[in-house]
Amino acid sequence: MRHLVSVLVQDNPGVLQRIAGLIARRGFNIESLAVGRTHQPGLSRISLVVSGDDAVLEQVEKQLNRLIEVIKVTDHSEPHVERELALVKVSIAGMEERLEVKDIAEAFRARIVDVAKKSIIFELTGDSTKVNNFVEAMRPYGLLEVMRTGAVGMSRGEQVLKVREKKAV
Amino acid sequence: MNGAAAILKALEMQGVDTIFGHPGGTIMPTYDALYDSPIRHILVRHEQAGVHAATAYARASGRVGVCMATSGPGALNLVTGLQDALMDSTPVVALTGNVPQHLIGTDAFQEADVVGITQPVTKHNFQVRNVNDIPRVIAEAFYIASTGRPGPVLIDFPKDVQQAEFTGSFEVEIDLPGYKPTYKGHPRQIERALEALQKAEKPVLMVGGGAQHAAPEILALAEKTGIPVIPTLMGLGAFPGTHPQCLGMPGMHGSVAANRAIHHADTILAIGLRFDDRVTGKVSRFAPHAHTIIHVDIDPAEIGKLVKTAIPVVGDAKWVAAELAKGAKKLNLSKWWGQLEDWKTKHPFAWKPKPHLQSQEVIQAFWEATQGKAVVTSGVGQHQMFAAQFYKFDKPRSWINSGGLGTMGVGLPFAIGAALARPGELVIDFDGDGSFQMTLQELATLKKHDLNVKIVILNNGFLGMVRQWQDLFHAKRYSEVYLADSNPDFAKLAEAYGIKGITLTDKAKLHETVKEVLAHPGPVLLEARVYHEEGVFPMIPSGGAAEDMIIENPRETVAGD
Repeated sequence: MRHLVSVLVQDNPGVLQRIAGLIARRGFNIESLAVGRTHQPGLSRISLVVSGDDAVLEQVEKQLNRLIEVIKVTDHSEPHVERELALVKVSIAGMEERLEVKDIAEAFRARIVDVAKKSIIFELTGDSTKVNNFVEAMRPYGLLEVMRTGAVGMSRGEQVLKVREKKAV
Repeated sequence: MNGAAAILKALEMQGVDTIFGHPGGTIMPTYDALYDSPIRHILVRHEQAGVHAATAYARASGRVGVCMATSGPGALNLVTGLQDALMDSTPVVALTGNVPQHLIGTDAFQEADVVGITQPVTKHNFQVRNVNDIPRVIAEAFYIASTGRPGPVLIDFPKDVQQAEFTGSFEVEIDLPGYKPTYKGHPRQIERALEALQKAEKPVLMVGGGAQHAAPEILALAEKTGIPVIPTLMGLGAFPGTHPQCLGMPGMHGSVAANRAIHHADTILAIGLRFDDRVTGKVSRFAPHAHTIIHVDIDPAEIGKLVKTAIPVVGDAKWVAAELAKGAKKLNLSKWWGQLEDWKTKHPFAWKPKPHLQSQEVIQAFWEATQGKAVVTSGVGQHQMFAAQFYKFDKPRSWINSGGLGTMGVGLPFAIGAALARPGELVIDFDGDGSFQMTLQELATLKKHDLNVKIVILNNGFLGMVRQWQDLFHAKRYSEVYLADSNPDFAKLAEAYGIKGITLTDKAKLHETVKEVLAHPGPVLLEARVYHEEGVFPMIPSGGAAEDMIIENPRETVAGD
């Protein structure tokens, strides 16, 4: 079972290494890992995709929570938005192929971001299935390069990942 | 004031009075500042011993242990001890020097990526890059090390940070938004735990190292309910070993009563333990009749990690045990106790008399002579298990050994750390000839501080535990475990360091020698030459279950003496 997990962390140096290292050491397989800053200074947000049953997911969350710099961990089992950005460079033999490829891209709402004599680069966003399907649709034409960011996600509605209020110690 | 002086001042503010360490190039500014500091520094002869001594200092005192090392090789020598402290949840703060910041990442002399390398072996680690952060980082390190599930924390100080002028404040606020340990167990879960206990017909209470500080509450809970208690290797002393409700430790070399009790139990209340594989054996066959396992632990990640828990209680052992004791009622366990008493009397820890001196009787003799009042440390191996079986620990923080990592060589540095933490008390290190030789250079540290440590080397001329496994599982192919042909004369070795050395070979002289050892003021090394082919029993083979327990040495009748 595939799970998308969001992790809010303090963006101290080395925090990504800690998280990736912890997960690898514990033997959990990461399918993708994406990280970026949030609107709050000092906080970054990580999206990671892991596969495994509920017990695996529970351990991933608990182990992540043990890290001092991890503020909050959420598994997106509720309705959520999930996106991935991909850059796909496709080989083009001739004019006929070029048109075919463009038609497919349109169906996926992929944008052309570079055109050369023998290749095109598409930019595509969507959930991971959509990206997979696009890549497969382009495969027959000759994939030269595929670069994916990995999934990022966010809960729908009012639910947010935030720092808990400070409790008096 | 420079950074180095600020480090020492911040440590003083944390109540630090002792640091175990070894100087070197990049930590020299801090050693220079130490010259004017009231903090006592204990010079160890190898950094590994420094971190072990700090670990024992922490476990014997309940405070944070502190050690210090230089960069590169010095810092790397801490790795084993940090993992040891991590596995046994011990609060230790390690301070390391590093090359100046402009040299970091250049493979400079004595440079290593200490923060990267020690990430997996610490609860958390820091590198201080701004001199004015020193007080805050030190305060956070001590807070992290000593709260929640305790553990080791490392702080790395580049040399230029130690040398820079400190202009900051010592009034600091700890701000760790992601770190909020839960101390109070959930009331509903505690209620459920009490309900389950009330219904239990064959309950057991297992207590681990996380319950060492909860001994009075555990005792109250046990006596109020009448429930049998099984302290793990790390939990020995958290419940009195001589108490009639104590069944002894469980697991690979645990008692028959403890292992059978767990096997037949319908309800297990586990407080402050993590179900190590040396305790559970094969997890799928562990406690097959226990429909209810109640697991109390301060670390949520431990609950459900290995065994299926019916009632999880996240919280501090002391707090939860007190709540449970408050709500608990006397249980009617006469039938259960009938069975338990039978196992206890039929299969106590015992040994067969032999003409040779035996490890078990040496330990027993020390237990009798000290009336169980010593702080005991051990190395790792057969002698460790014999000490756990035959020295009865009645008080918490009186048994300091390497449970989780099984680190050979910890015995002597643990003894030094314990002796410094508990001045005026007797410390006995039961060690093996193999284990002792991994850190014997610390005889120098022992001599220098003239500590009341009695080292008892149970010399069987073998790496005994490995030999035992080779005997049982590798057709007696004794590969690389024979030491007797090259062991030193241990008593002479002690004398070379100016420490009293005694050799005991004659069984008849055991008791008078024990008296002699204990009567001598200051450190003594006793080498007891013991029967060379002894095994530790009972034994559950690795990956086995309670039913697979070998109660007596199967070779005994074949091999004889």
